[in-house]
Amino acid sequence: MTTVDVPITSRKDWMSDQEVRWCPGCGDYSILSAVQLMMPDLGVRRENTVFVSGIGCAARFPYYMNTYGMHGIHGRAAAIATGLAVARPDLDVWVISGDGDALSIGGNHLIHALRRNINLTILMFNNQIYGLTKGQYSPTSEVGKVTKSTPFGSVDTPFNPISLALGAEATFVARTHDMDRNHMIETFKRAHDHKGASFVEVYQNCNVFNDGAFAAVTAKENRSDNLIPLQHGEPIRFGANNDKGVAPDAQGHFQVVNVADVGEDALVVHDESRDSAAHAFALSRLARGPHEPTPVGVFRAVERDHYGALVGDQILDAQAKRGSGDLAALLRSGASWTVE
Amino acid sequence: MTDTASKDVTELDHVVIRFAGDSGDGMQLTGDRFTSASALFGNDLSTLPDFPAEIRAPAGTLAGVSAFQVNISDHDILTPGDFPTVLVAMNPAALRANLVDVPRGGTVIVNSDSFEERNLNKAGYATNPLVDGTLDGFDVYEVPMTSLTVEATKELGVKPRDAERSKNCFALGIVSWMYTRPLEATTAWIETKFAKSPLVMQSNLAAFRAGYNFGETAELFASSYEIKPTMFDPGDYTNVSGNTALAWGLIAASQLARLPLFLGSYPITPASDILHELSKHKNFGVRTMQAEDEIAGISAAIGAAFGGHLAITTTSGPGVDLKAEAMGLAVSLELPLIIVDIQRGGPSTGLPTKTEQSDLMLAMYGRHGESPMPIVAAKTPSHCFDAAIEAARLALKYRTPVLLLSDGYIANGSEPWRLPDVADLPDIAVDFATEPNHTSDKGEAEFWPYLRDTETLARPWAVPGTPGLEHRIGGLEKEDGTGNVNYDGVNHERMTRLRAAKVAGIVKDIPGVEVDDDGARDLLVVGWGSTYGSIGAAVRRVRARGMKASHAHVMHLFPFPSDLGEVLRRYKRVLVPEMNMGQLSRLLRAEFLVDAQSLTKIQGAPFKASEIEAAMLALLDNPSPEVS
Repeated sequence: MTTVDVPITSRKDWMSDQEVRWCPGCGDYSILSAVQLMMPDLGVRRENTVFVSGIGCAARFPYYMNTYGMHGIHGRAAAIATGLAVARPDLDVWVISGDGDALSIGGNHLIHALRRNINLTILMFNNQIYGLTKGQYSPTSEVGKVTKSTPFGSVDTPFNPISLALGAEATFVARTHDMDRNHMIETFKRAHDHKGASFVEVYQNCNVFNDGAFAAVTAKENRSDNLIPLQHGEPIRFGANNDKGVAPDAQGHFQVVNVADVGEDALVVHDESRDSAAHAFALSRLARGPHEPTPVGVFRAVERDHYGALVGDQILDAQAKRGSGDLAALLRSGASWTVE
Repeated sequence: MTDTASKDVTELDHVVIRFAGDSGDGMQLTGDRFTSASALFGNDLSTLPDFPAEIRAPAGTLAGVSAFQVNISDHDILTPGDFPTVLVAMNPAALRANLVDVPRGGTVIVNSDSFEERNLNKAGYATNPLVDGTLDGFDVYEVPMTSLTVEATKELGVKPRDAERSKNCFALGIVSWMYTRPLEATTAWIETKFAKSPLVMQSNLAAFRAGYNFGETAELFASSYEIKPTMFDPGDYTNVSGNTALAWGLIAASQLARLPLFLGSYPITPASDILHELSKHKNFGVRTMQAEDEIAGISAAIGAAFGGHLAITTTSGPGVDLKAEAMGLAVSLELPLIIVDIQRGGPSTGLPTKTEQSDLMLAMYGRHGESPMPIVAAKTPSHCFDAAIEAARLALKYRTPVLLLSDGYIANGSEPWRLPDVADLPDIAVDFATEPNHTSDKGEAEFWPYLRDTETLARPWAVPGTPGLEHRIGGLEKEDGTGNVNYDGVNHERMTRLRAAKVAGIVKDIPGVEVDDDGARDLLVVGWGSTYGSIGAAVRRVRARGMKASHAHVMHLFPFPSDLGEVLRRYKRVLVPEMNMGQLSRLLRAEFLVDAQSLTKIQGAPFKASEIEAAMLALLDNPSPEVS
């Protein structure tokens, strides 16, 4: 969507006049700030940018962006945005959602937006809790989570959002976290530039109802041990001295290894462009939760025609073959007759 | 082949024929072709398809019977007829399920080949009705249609099992001969329809001709019948079903509004045909999206409406239930949107293929909070075209979701339609906002998305892509004017009243209620939607008896036309026939304090004119109460 005559903007141009009303200390602030900082670099116009959300804490996001925006209803952001993006392929449409909004009440719309490859940039703020309704467990909460609605601990298995998106045929899947502004900006930019549906899981701290849920991975002091940065074309390595890595075991499953034990040549070289989603899926299964070594970055980025473009092509094709519609002729397209 | 001089031709003013067979027998197609040929011949007509919810119920059973009734006439008619005077029954189950509707003396044409023990058992006949006296008093024609079809197609090299499938064309041939239908249209249709399978085409043509010739030559039929063309007003005509007319009306609305059409829809009986029809017409710039569910269908439409498209979602009752929350969002967003409800029997899955008018209260009140929504109802198959344009006009002008109600009866039923001159259709285009509409305290130009038009109370429609009008809207309550999120109680009451006043104000923009008034004040029959034909026919019958009665039909159900109360109060008696438990009558009582008498029918079938006539006569016979 980059054009030469896009006016130069600053972060301030992308901030609306509305007072931001998240709880003090909420991770949403840093995500908002990353997005507002990034927007001037995207080469897009404010009037062509739309943020669409559902319900939840994250869903207030559009009110704070000085663009077009819609705060929809619970779970339906992806569906609303789908209609907008298909009707108006000229727009940049962003979806802001949370783990409850996107994976519970709106799970159906998310997977279908991904499989259709609607030209959307979907940012899912995952805080593993329901914040707006004051602290019930969510579809990403860990088993045994004690909340107001699960006083004896939750018994359901959580979704792995990256695995889910890959299973839903997503063409761009990434993970970032609210403690690293530069990584967020870099990841959001990639997601925005991708044609088709991009899905970004953002680890987001809810300091009121689920404080520290991701600290084992995202806190500065833990990153070297538990954050695995994915770099396209590079062997997957991490650790304070780059001494750990990811390698396949005898069955081909990915596992964390000491580089010294297996040798550098045994390490998995990350390839986000593989046609098969198996590589990205294996990486998504590396961690069972944000308490052990967890990959962040772009898991998968492949090209596939997006739905809106295909629909537009069918319209152009039909008009080329049959001419643009003639209403009088349409009414006479069945068996018709004339009474004198 | 139209030389019928060898036999008498008797003239009839109308005939009601019902084709009935197994759901795999092609009865809908047979009825549809007979209807088309009759329409092209110039008859007025009205149809009533009636089929089971199962695609293929067990063959030969009562549950699997599919029927198609058509009334063809030499004068203008309003209904598919109360009773078939001719029944074509392809098997014992079809006879058993439909004979009850045929008056004694009626004509019954049966495929005698199918009346063997197995089929008789499946239909629940202990003895063969062709010989046990069941059909005494009927004019019965036993025709071995299956074997004659096999015989007629033998030379083509068609396998007998495949040949049997053409027996519906044989039946169509017989009836086409009996009612002197021209052959050309049906022949041409078979040739086009089966162009890709030459053997099937030849087989169907052979069966059709054989059926026609059988009527002509067999010593069975003494006479054929002629129903002269109706004296229609000059113009171009087509035979149209309600769902097709509705789809075309939506395309027309898109053209008249100069906005691209977006449909978000999930397949559901009996609304899917609108999705199918619209999907064909991409060259009109139509975007149809078969969504993952009903909620996605309307949500995508809301997104498209925000983007400046003429946005539509189509469904039936269960789908409206699911869309309710999104409909409330559209009320709050004040965006144009059309929700089409092709009503069917409920509750729950109910009677998917049968008609009912039981969603009126749902349309009126089926959302949480104060969420008023205009309601427009179509009354005949062809009227679905006008109703669609009217729904779009109101949605666009007032920036509101509008419910458009139709039902299974008119959705699938068809009638000849005099085509409108496209140039006479209304211009329903509206302007998008392009400039700021407010000046801030600091003297800066601003855009307020909820600053309303003083006359219509509609808010500006500023679509993404318009520089300087960037704004955010949502389902949270908004501050009057600015549209910013606002939880103040006084503001909420003001916004609630503004939304209500906007929709109520539509009353100034719609015509008075349509009344067929004969001057007397004894009885008014009030209807809405698809009861139009049955009520009209009943009123004609009562008048033919020398009595007086009037008919008011309500197209705008919310808001009601401004003169409706006054019209109701003019009459001593008010009768409200509805295919529900009395929903409109309750609304009329509540709104206008009139003693509206309810006449209800919830049998998955439209009223017979005679049923309404009887209720009218009962009211007219009673001493009339004084009008206060």
